Amino acid sequence: MELMSLTALELGRKIRSGETSAVEAAKEAFSRIRRLDDTFHCYVTVDEEGALRKAEETDRRIRSGELTGPLAGVPAAIKDNLCTKGIRTTCGSRMLEHFVPTYTAEAVVNLEKAGVTVLGKTNMDEFAMGSTSETSYFGPVKNPWNQEHVPGGSSGGSCAAVAAEECSFALGSDTGGSIRQPSSFCGVTGLKPTYGTVSRYGLIAYGSSLDQIGPVAKDVSDCAAVLAAISSRDPKDSTSVKRPPMDLSAALKEDVKGLRLGIPRDYLGEGLDDDVRACILGAAKALEEQGAVLEEFDLSLVEYAIPAYYIIASAEASSNLARFDGVKYGYRTKEYDGLHSMYKRSRSEGFGPEVKRRIMLGSFVLSSGYYDAYYLKALKTRALIRRAFGRAFERYDVILAPAAPTAAPRLGESLQDPIRMYLGDIYTIAVNLAGLPGITVPCGADRQGLPVGIQMIGDCFQEEKILRAAYTLEQTRTYVRCPAAQE
Amino acid sequence: MAHVISDETIEYVGILAKLELSEEEKAQAKKDMGNMLDYMDMLNDLDTEGVEPLFHVYPLSNVFREDVVENGDERDRMLANAPEEKEGAFKVPKTVE
Repeated sequence: MELMSLTALELGRKIRSGETSAVEAAKEAFSRIRRLDDTFHCYVTVDEEGALRKAEETDRRIRSGELTGPLAGVPAAIKDNLCTKGIRTTCGSRMLEHFVPTYTAEAVVNLEKAGVTVLGKTNMDEFAMGSTSETSYFGPVKNPWNQEHVPGGSSGGSCAAVAAEECSFALGSDTGGSIRQPSSFCGVTGLKPTYGTVSRYGLIAYGSSLDQIGPVAKDVSDCAAVLAAISSRDPKDSTSVKRPPMDLSAALKEDVKGLRLGIPRDYLGEGLDDDVRACILGAAKALEEQGAVLEEFDLSLVEYAIPAYYIIASAEASSNLARFDGVKYGYRTKEYDGLHSMYKRSRSEGFGPEVKRRIMLGSFVLSSGYYDAYYLKALKTRALIRRAFGRAFERYDVILAPAAPTAAPRLGESLQDPIRMYLGDIYTIAVNLAGLPGITVPCGADRQGLPVGIQMIGDCFQEEKILRAAYTLEQTRTYVRCPAAQE
Repeated sequence: MAHVISDETIEYVGILAKLELSEEEKAQAKKDMGNMLDYMDMLNDLDTEGVEPLFHVYPLSNVFREDVVENGDERDRMLANAPEEKEGAFKVPKTVE
């Protein structure tokens, strides 16, 4: 039986019924990792011994009736910016190459409570700064649809691992599209929850007012189940919010009759690949045929989201990454002359080029003389962008959008020109600036056969609506496994 | 307006960011930052008169909780992550002359 080809919920059912076990599932995942991961490099660290020990215990607890949840025994991969006690957590950086956390991120604790087996840690852009998963100190991730292409980023390892069936599902994090864009490139489903839904405790911070943890899975139902498991109000994250339990049976319903869908006209114009546009419009049409009301509208301010985002994210990053000083943990340079030289050299040698670029930009826009012109201006722009979404959600339940201007680019193509790479984030970053939930679901392929996903954006706390639209669209299609999954 | 980033600016940013850049990195940083700022000047086209800056999506003010120790004694495990340690403490270069 190909256990990793099942969805997480299907696998969970078979484990609970005794048809298979948590140990069998974990063993198959590791066997696939051994077979495929030299090629795709989805993982930075695997913890086979720990995972199998945990799976045995899970099997006992399922048999004793103690664990009854839908994800009990299901093996998952965790993005390597989420701290895991006793398992190395690198954030894709030389800075944290040997860092072993003494505590586990709250979202992962919640998964462990649900009986999920943690297989290991997935590769990513260094400190989640990138759109291709090529800036990892440990080498790039390859797209399981075509090794010549990137998987997207920064949660590229998580999305590629789900696509290549090297895990049942994965956790990613999304600061400017880092779950939604690689999910599109890898042909999987990924959800960025409303800001505050999932505790960020134990997530190595990039842009704290933008970061959110979310699920990557084979389908919408899996994403909903994982979301339900990881959401919690956590006193250890003062920005986490108390939400009533989500009504998932209402959300996972094939029914969009009367649902008001808006497509921003400004998202369909110049810069969008023709094949991607055709996929998005095709998916929109499919939902219309199911009874949704579809309309194009002007969202406005779309092009301003990119400079506003890069100013705010870099500013927050420059502050968050000040903690890496080579004292209590992390990389320390070998040769230095005094304390300040130790700080500077440790940081300069420990961080890669893209991280340094953003720290410098962030330091600059926060410095006296430039703070008002750049940082405050960006925050005011953010307020206007939020207002524009607010107006849109008075008229629409769900906004449909591409997740990226093209399907996955070739390896090495994107890093040449930073601004061009940043422009690729145009459809995803505004969602983070406004704190909104967004999901990407597969909706077709481009002329090269690379997957394309459609992004569905909801108002804050309206995950049920985007899940319902995503679930309904999913029912009109069959899941397409990538070539690597069938190996 | 095209931004020209001076050597002084790059030095200053290096001090703020606590980074030591090679000559080659400095040249690249000047170019990259100039390009980025040119691009970001687009925001000047936008009228933000009277708009309150949005630092955070929720109107959060200080969130208080009791200061209770919840974690156990992790000293040895934490020190295991330290680049250098001595007698149960983090070892750093001399900080006071």
